[in-house]
Amino acid sequence: MPDHICIRVDGVEHRVGAGTSVAAALWNAGVRAFRVSPSGAPRAPACGMGTCFECRVTIDGRPDTLSCQTPCREGMEVRTAHEA
Amino acid sequence: MTLDCDVVVVGAGIVGAACALRLAERGEAVVVVDRASPAGGATAAGMGHIVVMDGSEAQLDLTVSSRALWREHVGSMPDAVEYDPCGTLWIATDEEELATAEVKREVLRARGVEADLLTAAAVAEAEPGLCGGLAGGLRVPGDAVVYQPGATRWLLQRAVQAGAQLRPPVAVERVGDGRVALRDGTTLRARHVVVAAGGQTAALLETRALDDAIRPRKGHLAITSRAPGTCRHQLVELGYGRSAHGHAAESVAFNLQPRRTGQVLVGSSRQYGATDASVEPGVLGRMLRRAVALMPALAHLLIVRTWAGFRPATSDGLPLVGPLPHDPTVVLAAGHEGLGITTSMGTAALVEAIIHGAPSSVALAPFAPARAMAGGVGA
Ligand SMILES: Cc1cc2nc3c(=O)[nH]c(=O)nc-3n(C[C@H](O)[C@H](O)[C@H](O)COP(=O)(O)OP(=O)(O)OC[C@H]3O[C@@H](n4cnc5c(N)ncnc54)[C@H](O)[C@@H]3O)c2cc1C
Ligand code: FES
Repeated sequence: MPDHICIRVDGVEHRVGAGTSVAAALWNAGVRAFRVSPSGAPRAPACGMGTCFECRVTIDGRPDTLSCQTPCREGMEVRTAHEA
Repeated sequence: MTLDCDVVVVGAGIVGAACALRLAERGEAVVVVDRASPAGGATAAGMGHIVVMDGSEAQLDLTVSSRALWREHVGSMPDAVEYDPCGTLWIATDEEELATAEVKREVLRARGVEADLLTAAAVAEAEPGLCGGLAGGLRVPGDAVVYQPGATRWLLQRAVQAGAQLRPPVAVERVGDGRVALRDGTTLRARHVVVAAGGQTAALLETRALDDAIRPRKGHLAITSRAPGTCRHQLVELGYGRSAHGHAAESVAFNLQPRRTGQVLVGSSRQYGATDASVEPGVLGRMLRRAVALMPALAHLLIVRTWAGFRPATSDGLPLVGPLPHDPTVVLAAGHEGLGITTSMGTAALVEAIIHGAPSSVALAPFAPARAMAGGVGA
């Protein structure tokens, strides 16, 4: 397994350590608004274990995917609230 | 004896809030006491469907009058109430339920409640997400949906504007003879005490005769991620009546509510005998399978929260509203089971009529607490 893989976050390529969760990768890349609430407030991971549902992003076209429960894969396309 | 106020309202759920407003607007000096923050009990756990229900004549009276009272505020309710006049669409899955729908239409129309029978094709057009093979439906356009915590806060805010006082959280220990004993040692004295403490009401009284009158009936709910347009009405299967009015230990029924955010609130289950509010995978699973069977598109949405709460249920499906036979200073307003959001408004009108000896457009007798007392009146 390679040490690093590449994913695209809102169209920008990022090199991340293999085995990193999408949530950790986004956080390390400086993303703070993973999604927005109905009132427009930014939302970011709270629990890191799949219960709070605050970390949802669109992964490879699939909306509302829990980024904390999804490991990064080579070539993955992630979209955050930044583009919503 | 000097009184602290005219009326103490115990409980700041939606029922207590509606009573406080009505009485304060009538010029009473009202004090509202809750052990926790407002709208945190059954009110927080439920759905905000404002619905006419015909389980009995008295239930019909109370829901029709309550719905009319809600509708008086259309246009003046703040955004936070999220009032949505989406109407109810009752779903008939087979010919037998369609026959039920026809009867229901006649019953509602006799009360001046608009209700239209829909063919299977018209149901499919009104709600394209529903499965095929349904028999038809009954649309009740005057029903609505609110966000009940927002509605409760709005009612309380107006009560305070009308002069009511909301005490900082403190538990009530005992109520009787115009007195309200608080856990902090204070005793409030009032001409009347309205006990709107939901499922905890009987425990606050001096009599033990009502201890079994209000039983917790557990209900599960789930809410999806945002998917606007998934459903347009509150959708309920006509078999819901069997679930709601039957006394089976456990039942589930199809019940969907469109939220303003585009989320779908999915219900509902009914269980006696459960005492803790944890989510039970077995019941939740049956409820969700029923929902997905009738609305297949739900299978592709994400459930973002699940929870359960307790409806304060009486054995005849009617709330206890009225004075205690042996202590008329104490007026109960509790036991609204699965209709308390709807009937909070009508209950407040009953309480006002009782306290002022004024005429009531809804007959008071069916709601009198005496009917539910073990050992008969005054025991
Ligand atoms: C799953 C579910 C779905 C529902 N769906 C609907 C619906 O669609 N439409 C509808 O009309 N109704 C619905 N309901 C029913 C509705 O939620 C209840 O009937 C209603 O909220 C009851 O309101 P309440 O004010 O009587 O009780 P609560 O909201 O329980 O308020 C009682 C208050 O009393 C306070 N209290 C208790 N003990 C004390 C004490 N010792 N001292 C001080 N304060 C005390 C509590 O803190 C609480 O705030 C639903 C309920 C459930 C559980
Ligand atoms: S951070 Fe809570 S579910 Fe992902």
